[in-house]
Amino acid sequence: MDISLKNVEYRYQVDTPFERLAIKDVSIEIPEGTFLAIIGHTGSGKSTVLQHLNALLKPTGGEVVIGDRVITADKKQKNLKEVRQKVGIVFQFPEHQLFEETVEKDICFGPMNFGVSEQVAKKRAREAISLVGLGEEILSKSPFDLSGGQMRRVAIAGVLAMNPDVIVLDEPTAGLDPRGRKEIMDMFYSLHKHKNLSTILVTHSMEDASRYADKIVIMQKGQVYKTGTPIEIFSNPEELIEMGLDVPEVVKFQQRLEKAFQRKFSKTCLTIEEMTEEVSSFLKRGDSR
Amino acid sequence: MMEKMIFGRYVPADSVIHRMDPRSKLIIIFLFVCIVFIANNAWTYGALVIYTFLMLGLSKVPMRFVFGGLKLVFILILFTFFLHVFLTKEGPVIFELGWFKVYEEGLRQGIFISLRFFLLILMTSILTLTTTPIAITDGLESLLGPLKKVKFPVHELALMMSIALRFIPTLMEETDKIMKAQSARGVDFSSGPVKDRVKAVIPLLIPLFVSSFKRAEELATAMEARGYRGGEGRTRYRQLSWGAADTFMILLLAALTVLLIVLRT
Repeated sequence: MDISLKNVEYRYQVDTPFERLAIKDVSIEIPEGTFLAIIGHTGSGKSTVLQHLNALLKPTGGEVVIGDRVITADKKQKNLKEVRQKVGIVFQFPEHQLFEETVEKDICFGPMNFGVSEQVAKKRAREAISLVGLGEEILSKSPFDLSGGQMRRVAIAGVLAMNPDVIVLDEPTAGLDPRGRKEIMDMFYSLHKHKNLSTILVTHSMEDASRYADKIVIMQKGQVYKTGTPIEIFSNPEELIEMGLDVPEVVKFQQRLEKAFQRKFSKTCLTIEEMTEEVSSFLKRGDSR
Repeated sequence: MMEKMIFGRYVPADSVIHRMDPRSKLIIIFLFVCIVFIANNAWTYGALVIYTFLMLGLSKVPMRFVFGGLKLVFILILFTFFLHVFLTKEGPVIFELGWFKVYEEGLRQGIFISLRFFLLILMTSILTLTTTPIAITDGLESLLGPLKKVKFPVHELALMMSIALRFIPTLMEETDKIMKAQSARGVDFSSGPVKDRVKAVIPLLIPLFVSSFKRAEELATAMEARGYRGGEGRTRYRQLSWGAADTFMILLLAALTVLLIVLRT
């Protein structure tokens, strides 16, 4: 399912003294199957953009097209359930949304709201729980007895069980340990690959953005500052650093290496593997040029 | 709807009312609540209305915002108005439709009591709109100070109040967040049959309760870690200061009181 935002504008609390422009003139194309990363500072409007992706917020200007639904400011929206089922959002700290007596019930909650029968929902719950790397024995426990990391996984399973076509992730690994981070991100990535999902990742982590995304959008002060592939974005690290954004460690390493040896590598490396290859070929060639 | 709520909300601005000492504002509100009951005819109510709108004007809070935020209260006021109109059976009948009769006294009472209600809410809203919650509790603590002599836990009360007020916006934000998360999971909060909508509240309330308890516990730990030991010997960062405007406002209210007593019948 394709999603596109065209000149979207959103103001919070219109008609009050607290009125605030959150995003302005945001245009993003997300064709089916894209892995898009949105990066930017806190307050750059990332989360606001994200909430437009399944019509939780209605733009105050411009239009949002989700599949064949067009959402604009002046049109009353009815029956958004279909959109919400197709676009699953994993919010920041999703464990805060758990409420049922058992993990199983909580995971089934989403699918059953969208009209899936209890049996099917339970089957999906079992699939989802193993996807997020937890055992089936956990299904009968209370979600409030779990550890923080487990709660996070259960909450993610609750969104996966809705069988969305598009998954939107808002800092899904915030507050997890490094291993948990990698496991969760790898899981989302393999889902993305195998089920041909569109994935939209809002993150602070340049590492994640460069490793997983096909396309990166940089937001600044409520506007899209730059859009491009990871190579395009990170081949100009100075610009990002100037903006106060981080660049991946590998890029930083390359930058320092190039400076130390006074020469440019043939390409910008985004993974350690690429970097190793580049460095070893450089070493083999020796200093002759 | 949530974002239009003005209850307990502070609107920063630079106005006479904003700069007043919270103590004088509290005293004025307290006295105002009492003198509203002196009014009993059109003149006295007129004076009260003028006074209230004068204060609202001085506060520089946009009218549209205030009245937008009080929409829910207006419904309640309308409800009390109709209760009075329908249930008071005194004086001559002024309107009749079959078995249904409206008496003069009922209409009079309806108008005056709703007006009284309206003025009280407006005045207290002006207080909360122009005074930060912290200033209100500081003022209250200082005003209630003498009660410490009779072992009344003034400081604890003020602390409780400031914590409660402090967490209203946090709780609102949290509610909004969880509502969104659950909407994304297919809960419909804004349409559908009443039965379903009541049921939709459960996935909202439980996470809210859980996080509130967690937050309370964390707050207690944080306070203890920073050596909180109650009000004993605690000094203040924000000092209250009584200015000429405060005295003037109190005198203005006194003048209003005299006027009301003279004009009442």
